[in-house]
Amino acid sequence: MRKIPLVHLAHARSGDKGDTANVGVIAYDAAHYGVLCDQLTPEAVKAHFGGMVKGDVERFELPNLSALNFLLHGALGGGGTMSLMNDAQGKVFSTALLRMELEVPDDVAEAVAGRGRVPEGWRPE
Amino acid sequence: MSGQRVVRVASGQGFWGDDLEAPVRQVEGGPIDYLMLDYLAEVTMSIMQKQRARDPEAGYARDFVPLMERIFPRCVEAGIRVVTNAGGVNPAGCAEALVQAGRSAGVGGRARVALVTGDDLMDRLDDLLSRGHELANMETGESLATIRNRVQSANAYIGAAPIVEALRQGGDVVVTGRSTDTALTYGPLIHEFGWSPEDHHRIAAGVVAGHINECGAQCSGGNCLIDWWTIPDMAAVGFPIVEVSPDGTFVVTKHPGSGGRVTRASVAEQIVYEMGDPRTYITPDVVADFTSIRLDDLGEDRVRVHGITGAPRTDFLKVSIAYASGWKATGTLTYAWPDAAAKARAADRILRERLERLGLRFDEIRTELVGWDSTHGALAGEPPADLPEVQLRVGVRSDDRAAVERFTREIAPLVLTGPPSVTGFAGGRPRVQEIMAYWPALLRREEVESELRVEVRDV
Repeated sequence: MRKIPLVHLAHARSGDKGDTANVGVIAYDAAHYGVLCDQLTPEAVKAHFGGMVKGDVERFELPNLSALNFLLHGALGGGGTMSLMNDAQGKVFSTALLRMELEVPDDVAEAVAGRGRVPEGWRPE
Repeated sequence: MSGQRVVRVASGQGFWGDDLEAPVRQVEGGPIDYLMLDYLAEVTMSIMQKQRARDPEAGYARDFVPLMERIFPRCVEAGIRVVTNAGGVNPAGCAEALVQAGRSAGVGGRARVALVTGDDLMDRLDDLLSRGHELANMETGESLATIRNRVQSANAYIGAAPIVEALRQGGDVVVTGRSTDTALTYGPLIHEFGWSPEDHHRIAAGVVAGHINECGAQCSGGNCLIDWWTIPDMAAVGFPIVEVSPDGTFVVTKHPGSGGRVTRASVAEQIVYEMGDPRTYITPDVVADFTSIRLDDLGEDRVRVHGITGAPRTDFLKVSIAYASGWKATGTLTYAWPDAAAKARAADRILRERLERLGLRFDEIRTELVGWDSTHGALAGEPPADLPEVQLRVGVRSDDRAAVERFTREIAPLVLTGPPSVTGFAGGRPRVQEIMAYWPALLRREEVESELRVEVRDV
């Protein structure tokens, strides 16, 4: 077993509803959805974000899309125009979650290495 | 698709400020039946309300009128009907400007504008409160009475019925106020296919089509994490088009030859955007179950969407209320190597001490280092001493406007009276902004529905 960041296993998008950020996490490969379900528990996600999320973390499953949806309550400094945050609408909370480390078998870690990241040396044409 | 009638609803704007050329590409790039233009977000209505307070003719998405002047002739020739919530808090003013734009564009006598009103509750609030509608905050449970005198705008999210009626009466361009974003897509579908209010599954499918359409290119390559560096020709990104069949199944695609990419994954990413409980996606016309959505990647920028189920609508409509809630300002300065982050943090300390010595009261002071921790917070860890540069970003919030005003005068002095190697202050003093807080509430639907009006007039 090995620890790898979630960015190699899933893509994600986030948005806001008031002071709550939502993060939808989608497995690149449906075969890895189980790993996400097992390890991305509301408690583990809450612990990952630490002080960034003041309230509860709720989790919803969308097995049809190999996706999980998280509601991070109290994450946006009051939300909307109240917030003083650079990311007041939680647009990039998704990427903060993709930093989270998950434990996977060695062969999975090798198969997904580099996934979700720009290839080394890449530059816009 | 041969033999089966398909209705194509194209998305042309995902918010007020979106790509101005996108609607032009949508009407010129291939066959479509409807163009939906979504201009409204949670905070937009209060911004429009402020604009209208200064100028009674303002209060709608002004970009929409010159846009229509450009595309009106093409829409009339091709029979493309436009459905939009560009009306904001002044749909009548928007419709009037649109009629004028149509005449200057040379479509006078050849097109009709439909105006939908009745979503605006601003003048009805006291009456509603006096009749026992509490309009309590959905999140906190507080009664609206606690902030009544600070309310700036109040609008009900309205559904498809007035859009369907406007289309039935022959409106070629339908202008609404706070229509639900998704209704701009599923309204035309209900009109075309004659779905009854009890067709919950089909209307729910229309809602999903609307959710995919409502953020423009966000489902067709924009803001897309999946191998984003390989997505072609983003400069001319194709906005989405849903090709819907009478049974509610549909294909998400874009015009041939346009940029961007539509795949199962790009559509899935948009589906989870701004989602709450996926089993109960509540709209004015149906409650859609997003866990029922099935996606099939057909290749060549085509994704088939099917299997969607829905449940009956609720007895309530959501109301979006904005109220004045104090003032804020944000100032920035840039610090350079060596020890950029240490300098920025030292400057922040000095600034905070000065604010305190001045006796200024703030509800919150927030400090972020842009280039290090402003997006990932503590997850970013400690900044390295060799960071080439970092931007100090300090924001304050207070009910006391004078305190916020004074804060904006305390940033520039740091250049000569704080840590060294600082620049990036050329933009001048930060601007003081009034905070419009958001108050979501519920209201019994009949209170709104009885007041909805549709008015159709010739250009």
